Amino acid sequence: MSAQLLQSLLSGLTVGAIYALVALGFAIIYNASRVINFAQGEFVMIGGMAAAVFVDAGLPLPLSVVAAVGLGMAVGLLLEKLAVEPARGAPVVTLIIITIGASILLRGLAALVWGKKIRPLPAFSGDAPIVIGGTAGGATLLPQTLWVLGTTLAAVAALWWFFNRTLSGKAMLAVSHNRLAAQLVGISVRRVLLVSFGLSAALGALAGVLIAPISFAAWDVGVMLGLKGFAAAMLGGIGSGPGAVAGGLALGLIEALGAGYLSSAYKDVFAFVVLLAALVFLPNGFAGRGAAERV
Amino acid sequence: MAAAPLALPNNYTYEVAILVGLNAIVCVGLNLLIGYAGQISLGHAGFFGLGAYGSAILAARYGWPPAISLPAAVAGVAVIAWLVGRPILRLRGHYLAMATLGLGIIVSQVLATEDRITGGPDGMAVPAFLVSGEKAWYWIIATLLVLTVWLAQNLIDSPRGRALRALHGAETAAAAVGIDAARHKLAAFVLSAALAALAGALTAHYAGFITPSRASFLHSIELVTMVVFGGMASTFGAVVGAAVLTTLPQLLAGFKDYELVTLGALMMLTMIFMPRGLVPTLEKALDAARRRPR
Repeated sequence: MSAQLLQSLLSGLTVGAIYALVALGFAIIYNASRVINFAQGEFVMIGGMAAAVFVDAGLPLPLSVVAAVGLGMAVGLLLEKLAVEPARGAPVVTLIIITIGASILLRGLAALVWGKKIRPLPAFSGDAPIVIGGTAGGATLLPQTLWVLGTTLAAVAALWWFFNRTLSGKAMLAVSHNRLAAQLVGISVRRVLLVSFGLSAALGALAGVLIAPISFAAWDVGVMLGLKGFAAAMLGGIGSGPGAVAGGLALGLIEALGAGYLSSAYKDVFAFVVLLAALVFLPNGFAGRGAAERV
Repeated sequence: MAAAPLALPNNYTYEVAILVGLNAIVCVGLNLLIGYAGQISLGHAGFFGLGAYGSAILAARYGWPPAISLPAAVAGVAVIAWLVGRPILRLRGHYLAMATLGLGIIVSQVLATEDRITGGPDGMAVPAFLVSGEKAWYWIIATLLVLTVWLAQNLIDSPRGRALRALHGAETAAAAVGIDAARHKLAAFVLSAALAALAGALTAHYAGFITPSRASFLHSIELVTMVVFGGMASTFGAVVGAAVLTTLPQLLAGFKDYELVTLGALMMLTMIFMPRGLVPTLEKALDAARRRPR
């Protein structure tokens, strides 16, 4: 394997892992509420920005990370309580506009409170690159990449455990399958909705904290990251957890390989071209199944 | 609308009125697609941008007179919309939203990257149209808007319009009673794309300048927000939505820092308290007031 290919694959997996976390957030909220939360990217922005601001304020890095994820989660819970719950039962387009409004509001608040300058966040364990694949001309790996991949793996494992082994997780799955039936057996749909927003926001903020040392944090990074996460979720088949992870990784790899071998200027385009092709030929995503319409 | 010039004291207010008219033309078209046919598009700024750049490039690089480049660009966009609409409109709901969003992003990235033709992210200068001056432009845009609204209203009350509404209700049921769903959806898509392209080309020639940001995702979102804010499935709602959301940022221009926060909060509050949009909610309230026994 050539060094360039290895390098592209590594950076593709890293970005792909971030997309996967964002896509999981989309999937969790979609399953609980059938809402596409366009503010998902802003949770990523909040995670990265908050961590950078806390570190600047003198907090130790691990504490800043935890506080940033906590803040992201709090914003997610507030969003559900103040904006999504009052609009329950509204048409899908209306809900989409509400979450888009929320994303514009959050972006504006971030610019107002934290300023518009780009903020760096120190890498979790140094910047010394690790050379792999031969001494001369080998690919290099930043320690942060290992943090991204490791944490994503841990988060996916934790989610699997949560949804398959705990009562709250199973209740959420039940709601996603049949809301009315879930309500009839005594599951509080309102609580499931609240938990889904908290969980998705925490995942988004975690993604933001992980990627900030590699790509910096700024008030406006949420838009593209959110759209890519949405694209990943759709590629995998919306609402499917494994699909979201596969979609995220696939999107990251397509982007990195396209940028490395075809044209770096069109990096953001490849993902969407492949996505369009996938939508036309596999209209329900990798993991989706065809749904019959009830008349 | 003919009386509006009396209330417009200076060139700046004319300019805002022209921008309102241009956005309203896009929104009336988009409303046919979203409000009546029930098909969401998050990429209409892409068609707006293609129309704008199409006419600008034909006029600036190839020396076509704008009176020819403009209709040529609109026709070109209609053909493109027809070609991409055929496969894409088979998708439904969120998948359609994603596909149109992807299309819009591809268009805006291509416009920003092919800088030898489009001038790149900094934009390009566009030759002036036949007329100049705010007043002349106002009359052109106002006439086109009236024509667009007239066209939309007639379309909605025609058999084709009823077919579109049937699609919105239940596509399978509409197909079962013999409505060619794919054909009607495609027609609404192509018409809305052509209107967006028309407004785009007019904007380019009016402003004399165009940047890829006009084709961006955020502009697509602005357009959809105008339609939903004003009220879906209401042609006048689309016009009102365009008017309010075009004027508001102008009024907030003095509070640049608070613009995003205000816009975001406004979008959320309207949708939470008036999920059906401004005009249908007001109509309903008026109706209820009229029926109340005195």
